[in-house]
Amino acid sequence: MKLMAPGTELDGFRIGKCLHAGGMAHVYEVSYADARPSPFPMVMKVPRMTAGDGAENIVSFEVELQMLQVLQGAYVPRLVASGDLLHLPYLVMEHIPGQSLQQWLDVQQAERTPVRVEELIRIGVATAKALQSLHAQNVCHLDLKPANLLLCPDGRVVLLDFGLSCHAHYPDLLAEELRKAVGSPTWMAPEQVVGVRGDPRSDIFALGVILYELATGELPFGDPQTQGGLRQRLWMKPAPPQQHRPDLPDWLQEVILRCLQAQAQDRYPSAAHLAFDLRHPEHVQVRGLARQGVGWWAQLRRWLWAAGQHYQPSALPAQLQIREVPIVMVAMPHEDVSEATLYSLRAAAQRSLGNRPGARLAVITVMSPNASSSTDSARSETALHRQQLAQLQRWAQPLDLSDHQASFHVLESGDVATALLRYAHGNAVDLIVMGAATHGLQLQRLIATVPIKVAMDAPCTVMLVKAERPFELLGHEG
Amino acid sequence: MKLALLSDLHANARALEACLTHAQAQGANQWALLGDLVGYGPEPEAVVAQCQRMAEAGATVLRGNHDAMAVTPPVPASRQGEFTARWTHERLSEADRQWLASLPLTVRLESVMVVHASVNEPEQWRYVEDEGSAARSLQAATDQYPEVRFVMGGHVHHQTLYYRGQGGQLMRFTPVPGVPIPVPAHRRWIATVGSVGQPRDGDTRAGYALLDLDRHQLTFWRVRYDHVAAAHAVRAAGLDEALAHRLESGR
Repeated sequence: MKLMAPGTELDGFRIGKCLHAGGMAHVYEVSYADARPSPFPMVMKVPRMTAGDGAENIVSFEVELQMLQVLQGAYVPRLVASGDLLHLPYLVMEHIPGQSLQQWLDVQQAERTPVRVEELIRIGVATAKALQSLHAQNVCHLDLKPANLLLCPDGRVVLLDFGLSCHAHYPDLLAEELRKAVGSPTWMAPEQVVGVRGDPRSDIFALGVILYELATGELPFGDPQTQGGLRQRLWMKPAPPQQHRPDLPDWLQEVILRCLQAQAQDRYPSAAHLAFDLRHPEHVQVRGLARQGVGWWAQLRRWLWAAGQHYQPSALPAQLQIREVPIVMVAMPHEDVSEATLYSLRAAAQRSLGNRPGARLAVITVMSPNASSSTDSARSETALHRQQLAQLQRWAQPLDLSDHQASFHVLESGDVATALLRYAHGNAVDLIVMGAATHGLQLQRLIATVPIKVAMDAPCTVMLVKAERPFELLGHEG
Repeated sequence: MKLALLSDLHANARALEACLTHAQAQGANQWALLGDLVGYGPEPEAVVAQCQRMAEAGATVLRGNHDAMAVTPPVPASRQGEFTARWTHERLSEADRQWLASLPLTVRLESVMVVHASVNEPEQWRYVEDEGSAARSLQAATDQYPEVRFVMGGHVHHQTLYYRGQGGQLMRFTPVPGVPIPVPAHRRWIATVGSVGQPRDGDTRAGYALLDLDRHQLTFWRVRYDHVAAAHAVRAAGLDEALAHRLESGR
């Protein structure tokens, strides 16, 4: 459809300013034509083509409608109305104020200011959170790029443009019997190049490309214009980000390169895991991805291998796969704790990590701010922190963590339950393991004790572990 | 219109009742029984009586290959279905048999064409089991009635939806039970709705589908019923042990 003048009325909506004139669609501010107030500002997206033109891109419009009809949460715009796809295709949705990451990047690049690492982390974490919410609803975005990320004033990143997305429970209207690459070449994951749609880790790859650009101002795979250029990423490793920006921390380089692994199974298994590393640089294991296989011989070998079309995309994860790589949080009492309790917590943690490679363990303890003393150096804040950390690590030593990342955290707060809950929320924890009695459950049956508060308000499953019988009594009681 | 589509009842009264109750709760207001009302199962009289009551109330009822076989059992019988056809034949009254013989092979309900097997020569009982056979059935339906948007069948005892992908060919999709799938009417769709009375995909629950033509949504359902009691009934009727085992294992 051609550009509409402000004031035009369409299907009960009054067209306002044109906010965006893209290759595929126009986006307008709209209000209700009968001047009825709307609960939030609205925009209308109208494709340039209609189905009557025989245009293919109307399918992506149909896909976007499919997705917006079911997606929920704060990371996608709410759908208000849609027009008949055949005759009057349009989508009316929530107008979320903000600036696209592309606009933001353009300003940074025009001013030639490198993006600060803290800023990159903030954007990366916010985007990963939005992705996690999307993937938990069985949807892969598959066209993640700076132009489709909206930076909101409240710090959120909102995802836009679901025209190439894929819902695990719906027929994929964009599927082809001959698999073809669908997506934006600059950000497309290798498995998308060979036509695999529906792997949430493809979005992790695209986010890796975005983080690479934020960190270095460069694109890891350039902007390929040909199928051959696109296939390069099946074998070519990008230059380590530090080549473009020497002051980039090692850990961040490692995180970005892990997102950009050619095989989906070598990337982060979920967006929550990526966010976790971005939030906890000190726990990132730098295994030297930057040094692996960037020599000309290794590149040549991979090229020969890819030229023979041997790129085998990783197996598509089963449904809800992201729930099979949980982040398990163990809340450790920081004092007055029996050996039996420690033993039981450890057994529960081991069981919860189970045989799920990739599940990640976070061991937390909450220390009261009053515990430290500014005069007594043995009780200084940092000394206590260090002691606590050492204790947590000692506790974890017997655990088999060969397939699991683990990290240890000492939080400081007077309100243990709130601190634990905030941590679980902020890090998309999937399971909290804590002692049933250690935080006072048995002592105060009628008061909302820490485990009860946590269990009631937790965003995830909570496992309350009862201590096994104290060792000293074993064998003495019937 | 919320059209409940039930196929391959196979004389399993418990499974049929469970699906009818479920569909009613989902707001079904039109009914289509896509054939194979009898055969294999132990309760042909009860199931036929239920289907007749529904037909009187306006339901569309089709004839399947097992219904035809129960009317005229093949002599000599060689396969399992043919042995039970003789057994079923003797259980049914002459009036019931005549009613089964009178049922149509295809019916069009507005934009929906229903059939037991394939619209492409329905009397041949062809299986719609892949993209090619689905395309031929859909083609045959739209050749007769260009306004047809949905072809709904049974016969294969699996729940599958075929749709046109970007390349123009049909693509196969295995639905997740209970998830309403958007099926806009500017596209054409062909589905097999699964089996009420004898599921064969390893899931013992009865299967049917509900097509909501106002909201353009198609939901495939699986409904729990007392399949252990149904298997006992097969044994009590003296039918083949393998048929009882099928209900217990869903295969």
